[in-house]
Amino acid sequence: MRIKCPYCGERDAEEFSYLGAAGLERPDPESAGAAEAFYEYVYLRNNQAGPLDELWQHNAGCRSWLVVRRDTRNHEIFSVTYAFGTPQDAT
Amino acid sequence: MRYSLVSLIGQAFTGNRGWAPAWRRPEPKQHYDVVIVGGGGHGLATAYYLAMEHGITDVAVVEKGYLGSGNVGRNTTIVRSNYLLPGNIPFYEWSMKLWESLEQELNFNVMVSQRGVLNLFHSDGQRNAFVRRGNAMRLHGVDAELLDREDVRALLPFADYDNARFPILGGLLQRRGGTVRHDAVAWGYARAASALGVDIIENCEVTGIRTSNGRAEGVETTRGFIGADKLALSCAGNTSRVAAMAGLRLPIESHVMQAFVSEGLKPLIDNVVTFGAGHFYVSQSDKGGLVFGGDIDGYNSYAQRGGLPVAEDVVAGALALFPNLGRLRILRNWGGIVDMSMDGSPIIDKTPIGGLYLNGAWNYGGFKATPAAGWCFAHLITHDESHDAATAYRLDRFARGALIDEKGAGAQPNLH
Repeated sequence: MRIKCPYCGERDAEEFSYLGAAGLERPDPESAGAAEAFYEYVYLRNNQAGPLDELWQHNAGCRSWLVVRRDTRNHEIFSVTYAFGTPQDAT
Repeated sequence: MRYSLVSLIGQAFTGNRGWAPAWRRPEPKQHYDVVIVGGGGHGLATAYYLAMEHGITDVAVVEKGYLGSGNVGRNTTIVRSNYLLPGNIPFYEWSMKLWESLEQELNFNVMVSQRGVLNLFHSDGQRNAFVRRGNAMRLHGVDAELLDREDVRALLPFADYDNARFPILGGLLQRRGGTVRHDAVAWGYARAASALGVDIIENCEVTGIRTSNGRAEGVETTRGFIGADKLALSCAGNTSRVAAMAGLRLPIESHVMQAFVSEGLKPLIDNVVTFGAGHFYVSQSDKGGLVFGGDIDGYNSYAQRGGLPVAEDVVAGALALFPNLGRLRILRNWGGIVDMSMDGSPIIDKTPIGGLYLNGAWNYGGFKATPAAGWCFAHLITHDESHDAATAYRLDRFARGALIDEKGAGAQPNLH
């Protein structure tokens, strides 16, 4: 599998490390029902078969966190975008 | 038809024309007391123990493919009970005990081979961890032996003892562990369950779960609706997908796990051996091929095939341990989809939906658990409460913080 990093170009997936599903919002620990919200945030996943937005970090390259939209049934990649801004933003 | 020496000789003299199919191929009925989704080892074992131990014979097992097409035919056939944590040891030891008498129980040769499982260690810290594990096992009445370097050399004279980076310092050996022919387990349970009246319905994929007033009523399938008083999910790998049909969201990710088999060799490796400095484990099949595997690929996958980076990593581990395998050719490799749970341990429990039971999240270790998982799941379905050996495998343990994290990796399924 190859992932097209928006900064470094297309690279082997070995250069990236995997975190899991993207788009999970960390709950406010002060809010009512925070325990239940944290349980869902930490443990529960949709785990769908099909297109999934997921977080990868380009460890062996620009070290950007990326959101990769990938089909979990055949590893087709639809899009790769920065998760938290470009590498230049970080400097 | 009971298999015996007499039946074998009798068939030999009559041209082997009298063998009957091992299990019936019935049409699905409209309604059953219990419908089990998933005709793998666990589903078939559950059906067998429901009928045999609890007298519930109005049972159907629905399987989307053919028996043995899923993970029961894709694993590396290893059975062991060398666990560390209190919630795990009694369960896996019960499974080991059931393996030891399974052939007599089922009247089927599943080729249980207690050849010993040897986990090698390569550092002082790892030795301490293995001593602790071995002591935990012995406190629970499980056999464990600590081997030093020379003991290991007697078992594996051809391993690399000159490896300066990962020296073999010794190993933890469970002699009762070993291998079992995996697809024979599916066939054996299917045959025994079918003989007790269980309907095994192959090529019947579940496409929906019908619920009413918070209770499961049955499954929509490619062969029509099948009603059930109790519906039992036993479809690890696809647990999330099937449970989603009933609106459930689970602490599971699906990952692909690869396995490999080499060309046939003369007898070389007598035991199951695991490399402690990388992820590689190997045993030799009765046909002579080395059966081996390693890590999961590390990202969510429903594709039953793996990538080359993990294949390279597994082979690198093999060569670090056994340089003499360098010219061996790999015949086949394949992938199976496993439920990776958030703490690396399984779930056998009721669900928030009435009459819907869940057995899943077996990570990469479901095969060795097959008899006990079936035993405990059948107990749960019959009595609506957990079996003593499976009380820790509750679905709500994540919300309670009562995790069973053997590896201590946290809620990161690709690291377990």
